[in-house]
Amino acid sequence: MNNDDLIKETEFQINNSETVGNIHVEDPRIIVKNINVRYGEKLAINNVSIDIGKNEVLAMIGPSGCGKSTFLRCLNRMNDTIESCVVDGELYLDNENILDEKTDVVPLRAKVGMVFQKPNPFPKSIYENVAYGPKIHGLAKNKIELDEIVFNSLEKAGLFNEVKDRLDAPGTSLSGGQQQRLCIARTIAVSPEVILMDEPCSALDPIATAKVEELIYELKENFTIVIVTHAMQQAARVSQRTAYFHLGNLVEVGPTQKIFTTPQHKLTESYITGRFG
Amino acid sequence: MNNLKSRLAKEKRFRLYGVASITLALFLLSLLFVSIFSQGYTAFQETKIQLNINFSEEILDPNKTKDWEIIKKSNFSLLVKNSVNELFPNVSGRSNKRKLKKIISSSAEYQLRDYVKNNINTIGKSKKIWVLADDDVDMLIKGHINRILPEDERRIDNEELKWIEFLESKNLIDKFFNKTFFTSGDSSESEQSGILGAFIGSLFALSITLILSFPIGIATAIYMEEFAPKNNKLIDFVEVNINNLAAVPSIIFGLLGLAIFLNFFELPRSAPLVGGMVLSLMTLPTIIISSRVSLKSVPPSIKEGALGVGASKIQAVFHHVVPVAMPGILTGTIIGMARALGESAPLLVIGMVAFIVDIPQSVTDPATALPIQIYLWSDTPERGFVERTSAAIMVLLVFLIFMNSLAVYLRKKFEKDIG
Ligand SMILES: Nc1ncnc2c1ncn2[C@@H]1O[C@H](COP(=O)(O)OP(=O)(O)O)[C@@H](O)[C@H]1O
Ligand SMILES: [Mg+2]
Repeated sequence: MNNDDLIKETEFQINNSETVGNIHVEDPRIIVKNINVRYGEKLAINNVSIDIGKNEVLAMIGPSGCGKSTFLRCLNRMNDTIESCVVDGELYLDNENILDEKTDVVPLRAKVGMVFQKPNPFPKSIYENVAYGPKIHGLAKNKIELDEIVFNSLEKAGLFNEVKDRLDAPGTSLSGGQQQRLCIARTIAVSPEVILMDEPCSALDPIATAKVEELIYELKENFTIVIVTHAMQQAARVSQRTAYFHLGNLVEVGPTQKIFTTPQHKLTESYITGRFG
Repeated sequence: MNNLKSRLAKEKRFRLYGVASITLALFLLSLLFVSIFSQGYTAFQETKIQLNINFSEEILDPNKTKDWEIIKKSNFSLLVKNSVNELFPNVSGRSNKRKLKKIISSSAEYQLRDYVKNNINTIGKSKKIWVLADDDVDMLIKGHINRILPEDERRIDNEELKWIEFLESKNLIDKFFNKTFFTSGDSSESEQSGILGAFIGSLFALSITLILSFPIGIATAIYMEEFAPKNNKLIDFVEVNINNLAAVPSIIFGLLGLAIFLNFFELPRSAPLVGGMVLSLMTLPTIIISSRVSLKSVPPSIKEGALGVGASKIQAVFHHVVPVAMPGILTGTIIGMARALGESAPLLVIGMVAFIVDIPQSVTDPATALPIQIYLWSDTPERGFVERTSAAIMVLLVFLIFMNSLAVYLRKKFEKDIG
């Protein structure tokens, strides 16, 4: 198939979009129903529905600009901060439609934490970085409890041994990989149910990446994780299910193994085999 | 090859231009400092004459009441006169004696009055006291009047010169650190005039300016940068107007203050309160614009991180964005304040240009400000005020340098705090 044909076919597929594969899971934590996202006039997510199960790692892959970040940011209403962005549809977390105007985003974002593409520790001490969330949500009654939360979170993020002697040093003084694990510690400090990660390793070197991946693998015991990645090996390594996005459509979803070995949809296959990047 | 050579030459030339212009700037700056300093450094000294004062009971307290209320009405000037006459017993005749007394500053009697007030028991005794010399004598001692000039070309005639030289020979005349300059307000006599009144006036006005413009400016900047709807016509309109206000000549703000604060609200004329309000109109746009710039330069990822752990928008802004922007906000504020310190036109308009002897005690007392005092003194031909003008400029510069160093210090401190 030459490129022109591919593009024609793409357009055809997209206009008749129906997700291939089973979008439902047995024990869903998040249910997404017919979500559309627009930036002004521009449609960025087109009628996407998917379930996200308890304690699973769902990977989202697709060419850049296909709307992975946009979709991810719907899950904790981070898109609210972008003025031109309009989201419609239904999105249930624990049987509550979080897209409802009346939903308070503050507890929602504590429940659905987020780790960003570029490590963004606060320009404060390592301790303060982790303690900030528990402090504003009143999770600790006193300094001892706060210490415990901070140490635990750093421990879970696999960072405690590296930073225990310099908790007062600024978070920005850590290496890139350590900063990203600090951001993960910061997120888990408020005991979320779901953690969203938007290409958490794209700014890291391979060794730091390996550490973060290992961490994600451990975290899935306690959290539901949705991770956006452009590295297919990473999706294969850390996730149970994979969703493939293309131009705002959810093209195919299925067990990771299956997506990578026997993709059903042509577009998925083209992406897996490296025909668009 | 040729190419490289010409490029290197070009770079070298460019560097040379830079160094040359900096050298020129430094040269002119040092010229300014040298001329101000050489004109003004003598103002930091004052000439005093030692008199042996007889605090005669006859003059001060003939009825032995020891009651200050009665004593304070005595003729202290007579004490000075008697003491000077005693020093020069050969001077006779009313007009000569009056001329003789003129070598002493008229402030001497007030000095003695204050002295007696604090030491009532000194009545009936004699005491050696240094009193201020007249400004012409001061100028002579400081060398600003040439003794060799023919008599009719100098302000001190031969007879006075003889007296002064007599005092010099007895070591009864000397130069001291000029406390008067730093502890008194304006005066029509240059030797009695000081910078304190104007300094306090400036300090009061600047405090008002800071109290008004800092919170309002920051609040406006934060609202416009973080909370106001984007692409809103009204907000855009406000923004354009703030930018315009920053370029409005300061005298217009003075006229506005005159029309609104004085004529409409009938606030007191010449007061640092109104001066500060007018100056804050002027500094507000500077503070708002520089605060917005520094808020804008905070990476949005920091705010996103805070929102991501469930901080409300207000928390994210005040816990994370504002602290990072603070060094820039403070720098902008202090630059605005420094401009306000040097500003004189709007203060002229609201009447802070009067001749005010008393040190202002509150923000509603009439006062002048440092740049206005400089203007007033520079307008006076007497040599004594010429050196005081330069000295006042030095005080203003020191104040400015202090404020700018404070800005640098605060920026460093905040930058260190946030790591
Ligand atoms: N803030 C925004 N304003 C307007 N358009 C945006 C914005 N963010 C993303 N988009 C557009 O939405 C589409 C999806 O973007 P994004 O979700 O960032 O893609 P991905 O993360 O998959 O690379 C892109 O076409 C992008 O141009
Ligand atoms: Mg993205």
